[in-house]
Amino acid sequence: MSELALDHEIDRSKMTVSNEVAIQIARMNKWYGQFHVLRDIDMTVHRGERIVICGPSGSGKSTLIRCINRLEEHQSGQIVVDGTELTSDLKNIDKVRSEVGMVFQHFNLFPHLTILENCTLAPIWVRKVPKKEAEETAMHFLRKVKIPEQAHKYPGQLSGGQQQRVAIARSLCMKPRIMLFDEPTSALDPEMIKEVLDTMIELAEEGMTMLCVTHEMGFAQAVANRVIFMDQGQIVEQNEPKEFFNNPQSDRTKLFLSQILGH
Amino acid sequence: MAVTFVRKEMLPQQPPPSSQVGPVRWVRENLLSSPLNIFLTLAAIYVIYVIIDHVGPWLMNSVWNAGSLAECRQILAGESGACFAVINDRWRQLLYGFYPSDMYWRPNLAMVLLLVAVAPVLFDKLPRKMIWFSAVYPFIAFWLLWGGSLWLPLAVIAGFAIGYAVFRGLSPMTNGALAVIAGALAALIWWFVAAAAVSDVLQSVIPLGIAAVPSREFGGFMLSIIIGVTGIALSLPLGIMLALGRKSDMPLIKMICVGFIEFIRGVPLITLLFTASLLLNYFLPPGTNFDIILRVIIMVTLFAAAYMAEVIRGGLAALPRGQYEAADALGLDYWKAQRLIIMPQALKISIPGIVNTFIGLFKDTTLVVFIGLLDPIGLSNAIRADSNWNGIYWELFIFIGACFFIFCFGMSRYSMYLERRLKTDHR
Repeated sequence: MSELALDHEIDRSKMTVSNEVAIQIARMNKWYGQFHVLRDIDMTVHRGERIVICGPSGSGKSTLIRCINRLEEHQSGQIVVDGTELTSDLKNIDKVRSEVGMVFQHFNLFPHLTILENCTLAPIWVRKVPKKEAEETAMHFLRKVKIPEQAHKYPGQLSGGQQQRVAIARSLCMKPRIMLFDEPTSALDPEMIKEVLDTMIELAEEGMTMLCVTHEMGFAQAVANRVIFMDQGQIVEQNEPKEFFNNPQSDRTKLFLSQILGH
Repeated sequence: MAVTFVRKEMLPQQPPPSSQVGPVRWVRENLLSSPLNIFLTLAAIYVIYVIIDHVGPWLMNSVWNAGSLAECRQILAGESGACFAVINDRWRQLLYGFYPSDMYWRPNLAMVLLLVAVAPVLFDKLPRKMIWFSAVYPFIAFWLLWGGSLWLPLAVIAGFAIGYAVFRGLSPMTNGALAVIAGALAALIWWFVAAAAVSDVLQSVIPLGIAAVPSREFGGFMLSIIIGVTGIALSLPLGIMLALGRKSDMPLIKMICVGFIEFIRGVPLITLLFTASLLLNYFLPPGTNFDIILRVIIMVTLFAAAYMAEVIRGGLAALPRGQYEAADALGLDYWKAQRLIIMPQALKISIPGIVNTFIGLFKDTTLVVFIGLLDPIGLSNAIRADSNWNGIYWELFIFIGACFFIFCFGMSRYSMYLERRLKTDHR
């Protein structure tokens, strides 16, 4: 099993799961044309949960979290985020998007803006925060992801790991209540994966509600309170990390785990 | 065989060998690198020599002071030489057309103010407040060039204020799109129904104004610049809207934009200009006085906008989908995402194509000669019609070409400067 080399013992004092529901998904279905990509998804996420979603490629895991902030539209069923149901109502969509932060596989920083401008753009234009205050917040989060000295550079001048940390800081500047991570380390060199995971672990320690699509099983064991395994557009198995890895129930899960942990 | 190898110390960086630097290397590599290359270099030198040998004396013997072509020939006494005296004699006409000569200060002032108005748009280091002058400039320029009552441009500005007031008044009550439409409608009604009458009344009460100059007296480079600059300024925003409309999810808007773009691109500009000069008279109510220059500007703008839309669509297509998704995920709405994220990048990618269209538009203004407007080409015919200068071609066209070249080369250099300045991707 790939162990995650930790710099420090994980502080679990704030990693508590409350009874409050953050995301409620009920009988949700989605099709790409004829292809039934998500089938009858039922899922409840409580505030403070740290969920890792894994599965083979094409299993619909990215599509699932992209439905949560409506980057993808679902065709039937219900998604309620922070009490707001996602329908075609643009007001609801904007409301959900400003509450939910998202980190992408390819960072998607804005290359024509500096790091600082990347971080202040949405607070200024969506939240109407004064520029000065937005910049202070941005610097706070850039310090947190440990790259305040890069604030006036452009994304193209940073390494992949640094860019991804900026992307995390950019999301945090909107003060989201939920963070979605769509394979945040898949496009990174091995040496840079750790710095991004460290940032994510820190975020988990502060009690952020997180949904991560990732194959970093070390991360799942260290901070997740639940691992969801998906295949062919359905949730096949979910469990606490320890049980999930040591005692998988379905054959599909066993096969998947043997393939990614086998060597 | 031993495969074990451990490096004890890392090698420091060293300077390149001396044969890899300097001008000698450049010549050897770029001019004399192979037998074919040597041959081409010699051939090019010969061609340049022949051109200079033929054109050089003609230019060196130029006559600058003479009253007519015959006088030029007398001075040259059989030698080959250019007769640039025609430029010396008629440059005012080539620049201003038949604009009254005692009022040349008006286009001159308009030109100087144009530079002031354009500066903050071109160079972002200038104070942002200057942009307000750029916004008012079109009205100042119109009034300076055409003259007449000052109340008319003021009444047109009032139309914008009325439209904005209606928009602000309605926007709390209805949704945004409806308020925008109502505001635009109010402004249009004001312009078409009330503006002229109100300015006439005001003019009769408080006369304010300068002598009017009719459009038929406009000509020369002044006309080219008026049509070109207005066309450039209007076709960019219109092209952006068309490009966005073409990518819109709304079928009706998409259909209108695609139809418009394909129709305009499928028709030669000269056809549109003839439509502007001749056909519109059949459709408009009799007695309508719809200025010919305004009609040409509208047609040239629409023509350039269709091309612009396709150029910008190319820029939009080159943007990765992730940029749209990141903007969406941060909660930016459509217009904010377009303005802050998508357009700055798409326009930057499209700069060469956009400037290409601008240059094309500016040179296409010479086509107005076919509908009877006296642009520089039209004036060159008019000058030849004078018995003094009958038979002079090269000198006029060299001058006209040189003037166009200065403008177009300027635009081209500016676009290169802009590309360099906006280069932030560090690839």
